This record gives sequence, C-alpha cells and structure tokens, in this order.
Amino acid sequence: MNLAYRDIRHNLGRFLLTCFGLSLLLGVVLSMIGIYRGLVEDALTLVRTPVVDVWVVESGTRGPFAESSRIPGDTRESIARLQGVSAAGSVTYQSVETLSGSNKLRLYVVGYEPGRPGGPDRIVTGRAIGRSHYEMVADKRTGLSIGGRVELGRDTFTVVGLTDGQVSSGGDPVIYITLKDSQQLQFELAPPAARREIARGSGPGDTDTINAVVARVSPNVSPESVAEAARRWKHLAAMSQAEQEHILTRSVVERARKQIGLFTALLLIVSAVIIALILYTMTMDKLREIATLKLIGAPDRTIVGLILQQALAMGMIGFGFGALLITSIKDYFPRRVVLQPEDGLALAAAVILVCVLSSALGVRLALKVDPATALAS
Amino acid sequence: MSNSQSEMPLVHVRNVSKHFGEGETRVDALRDVSLEVYPGEVVALLGPSGSGKTTLLNVIGCILEPSTGWLSLDGEVVYDGHWLRSDLRKLRLEKVGFIFQFHNLLPFLNSTDNVAVVLSLAGFDTAESNRRAIELLDYLEVGHRKDAMPANLSGGEAQRVAIARALANQPRIILADEPTAALDSQRAGIVMDLLRKVAVEQEAAILAVTHDEKIFDRFDRIFHLRDGRLDSQNT
Repeated sequence: MNLAYRDIRHNLGRFLLTCFGLSLLLGVVLSMIGIYRGLVEDALTLVRTPVVDVWVVESGTRGPFAESSRIPGDTRESIARLQGVSAAGSVTYQSVETLSGSNKLRLYVVGYEPGRPGGPDRIVTGRAIGRSHYEMVADKRTGLSIGGRVELGRDTFTVVGLTDGQVSSGGDPVIYITLKDSQQLQFELAPPAARREIARGSGPGDTDTINAVVARVSPNVSPESVAEAARRWKHLAAMSQAEQEHILTRSVVERARKQIGLFTALLLIVSAVIIALILYTMTMDKLREIATLKLIGAPDRTIVGLILQQALAMGMIGFGFGALLITSIKDYFPRRVVLQPEDGLALAAAVILVCVLSSALGVRLALKVDPATALAS
Repeated sequence: MSNSQSEMPLVHVRNVSKHFGEGETRVDALRDVSLEVYPGEVVALLGPSGSGKTTLLNVIGCILEPSTGWLSLDGEVVYDGHWLRSDLRKLRLEKVGFIFQFHNLLPFLNSTDNVAVVLSLAGFDTAESNRRAIELLDYLEVGHRKDAMPANLSGGEAQRVAIARALANQPRIILADEPTAALDSQRAGIVMDLLRKVAVEQEAAILAVTHDEKIFDRFDRIFHLRDGRLDSQNT
C-alpha cells in the first residue's frame, strides 16, 4: 500500500498548491539558466554569423567587439592576398538609435560587402541586399517587415530581407547594410563639421575606414598561420575565430555571466531551503500519524518512504510545471532565453538531490517520534 | 470468560519497575508490578492520574523499556533485564493490537485501508489485505462504511474500525487506552460487547486502561494502580 500516494490524494488541493508555488520558484531558476545561456549565445551569434576563420583588427586592440578598432579600408585587399586565404571581407559594427513610427528602435548596424564574408548567414524572408545603397536586411526582433523604411543618419533605408535571431551581445537586434552606407553612417562628418574641416584646409575627412577584416582560409590551412602572417603588418592585429569567441565570452559578457550565474546559484540555495521547510512542515503535520504507524509496527523504511516519495513527487511535479511554464513564455522575454535539454536534466537532477537532502530533516524528525505519542490524548 | 488459571497467561508481568531520572529527580513510575492476563479475559487497569497506568501499558506494548523485571507476551519472554528481541516493532505487529482513546485512524486512508495497512505491513498482498479487512469490518458490523474516510465516521464507527485494525493481524493481546472515553454510554456498551466477543471468539487477552465507571461491570478483573504499585485486584 503506497501511503505517500494516499496522503497526497487526501490533501490533493494543498499538495498541488504547494507544487505550484515550488514550480514558480523552479521556473525562475530555469529561466535564469536560460537567460545565462541566452547571454552567451547572443554574444556569440554575431561573431559566428560570418562563418570565418580569422579576424584582423587594429594593432594593440582586441576589437571589434571588446574594444574599438579602426583600420584602413584597403586592408581587405592585403589580407585577401595572403597565402591560404580563400575569401576576405571588410566589416563595420556600430550601435544606433532611431525611430520606427513613434517607437524608439535600438539597433546594432553591421556594414559588409555583399558577396564577401561578413553578411547574414541566412535570410528567412525576402532577399539579400542587391543595390549598393539604402537597402537593409533586418532581424525579426526589430519588429520591421519587408518594405519597411527606417531613417539611419541622413538617409532612409528600405528593408529587403529578414533574419531570425541575430542580436548583439547587448541584446540589440542586428541590421545589415552595405559597407559604403555603414562607413557614411559611422565616419562621415555632419555638414557643419565637414564645412569647418574644409575651411581649415584639411578636407571633409576620409570615410574609407573599417573596424575589421574577416577572412576564410582554404581547407588544410591553419587559421593560426594566416593570423601570424597578418600580424607581420605592424598596424594590424589578428586572431582566430576561437580566440575571438573566447574574448567575447570571457571579456564582453563576463560580468553579466558571473552575475547571472551567481544569482542562479543563490536561487538554487533558496529553493533548497524552501523545499526543506515545506518537507519539514509536511512531516510536522503528520507526527501523530507517524507515531501511530510506528506503534502498529511499521518499520522505519515505510516511514522514510512516505516522506521521501512525497518529497520527490513534490520536486518532480514542481519542476515539471515550472519547465512547462517557462517553455511556454520564454519567447516573450525581452532577451533570448535558451533552454537546453541538458540544462533541464541537470536542474531536474539537482531538484531530486535537493529533495532527498531536504527530506533528511523531515526523516530525522519522523524517526525521532516516540510511538507512545500516539497514546497521548 | 475463560480464564482458566491452568492456561498459560498471554500477558505475564513479573516484578516490573520503571523509574525516570536519577537522584533527587528520580520518579518511580512502576514499582515491582506483577500481573497476569489469560486468554479470553477482559481486564481493566484503574488508577488516578500519575499512578503508572499508561507507563504499564507502554511497557506491555514494548514501547517503553522497564528498568527491571520480566515480561512475557503470548508465551514468549520478551524482557528479562533487557529486551530479548531487537525488532520490537515487528513484535508489536505480530503479537499486540492497540486501541486508542481517539481511535487514531490514519486520516488519509478509508476504513478498509486503515485496517488493510496492518496486513500490508505484515506482508500480505493488496488483494488479500483488502479481503481480510472487509471481512473484519463486517465482523464488527461496520462493513457498510468500508469506503468512508475517518472524518466522515461517527465516534462509534471510528472506534469499531480502530478495533478492526487492532485485530487485523490476529494478535492475541489487545491493549486499549481509554477505548470508550470519547463515546456515550450506549456506544461505550457496544464497544465493550465487541471487545468481549473478540476475547471469547479469538481467545485474546484484552487489557484496557479506563476511568469510565459506566463500563466497570464489563470487566472480568480490575487492577488498581496507586503510586506505581498494584494496589488491589477486584474480580
């Protein structure tokens, strides 16, 4: 006879309410893990999208994401000529804020040369940029649609294609425009400033500057050897894709990652304490019944089983509800929440462990109950 | 009544003492108590509060270890200066049934399951446990309430289910702590009749602690306890 099941069935409403409360808590823990994963994923999206092997940036910097990097626009041609490089492209990166209708829109603008590495890897709707000016490919998260128009700087751009899931490490949706447009947006002086520069006799300023050159290497060529060759130019620094990813995760999002990780650990501890208190209270409520069971001859394993089975049922139902809840609402979070099966399984295992450990308090209390208590009026 | 003194007593307590604490704080709850209860007997344990009735019941029920003495249950010596068995709960399950003042039914089990749980603990499978439980409930004329939860039973019905539970594993010793205290005189009489029926038909020994004067005449013998000593015995 399963006493745990009978007891749960008898107090089903109360048990489910407790499970629901626990599910909210575990849902928050799971969402924190998802936000943590999302943060790392977001940080890596931009650096993985061009599908390249080598990043060439300004000497003495770890750009273009961790630090500012500016190199001459003709660097791409030099890199493309290095032995082992199969393709190279110039890229610029910048954050802008504009309006879409009456809504403020924060965007991360990537400038690239169509037909060369650096652009979007997959367009889910519409087409890639076909004209040399004033077209853009935007991510769905911008809320823009094909044919939508957005003002960037002094020009108006038309959305011709949409990507899905392209965000910067800060969570801003990405848009792609041509390198020329992005250079104008980033480096061209405003007319009053340009007039002042001309009056000084220094000209309106050169806009042929880029943030980085990205390069793909031929099969059987080591990206390290290409990076090493690029570093021979004193004004350039180069790193492999793996090094760039390492910089992003260990430098750009490191504090946010640690903060969320620490908060998740704290939440797990709070959950463990709450589960322990719930189980202890549930056992306290049953002391007389436990004493009666002992008096009529129930062995300790029956009593331990009663508490442990209820603890595990509560933990698993709470985890199940929590996972279901977060899975259904994760897409409504302002930033990406990545729920990976292995994280879910790890949390489920942690919940089981916490339930077993937390029930130890209740078990200890139950085992100490004197059967004579059942005789007391 | 079938307490032929030639039979072996089911409960045999010899020179049992129990004290709590030591030195100035020492309290002698039982002092050199000896008694015997035979198959078919229904006996009462009387005495004022603090006289040692519940302590004696706990000692006989193997819940409390005596300080000195000798105890035999159903022909097996279980205490002789120390417990002779380590599995006292199993001993209780095999030999002793308990009836409580407030029936102490498990609130999350229905009447059948409250009885079947003892059989389940004794190793019977679910079907057999349920069959025997229903038989017992019928025997105690409460079979029509087999699916009722304890909260929905009247005091008399609940006490009958509790008696059925005490009898489930066919123990030959029934210990009852104020079994009729929560019942009116009519229901108290019914419960005592049932205990008598059990004692006679199952050749069990029933030892009840009671203050309930209205049922004194239902006992074969009455032991009086005072200050931990067996004061007198009425027949």
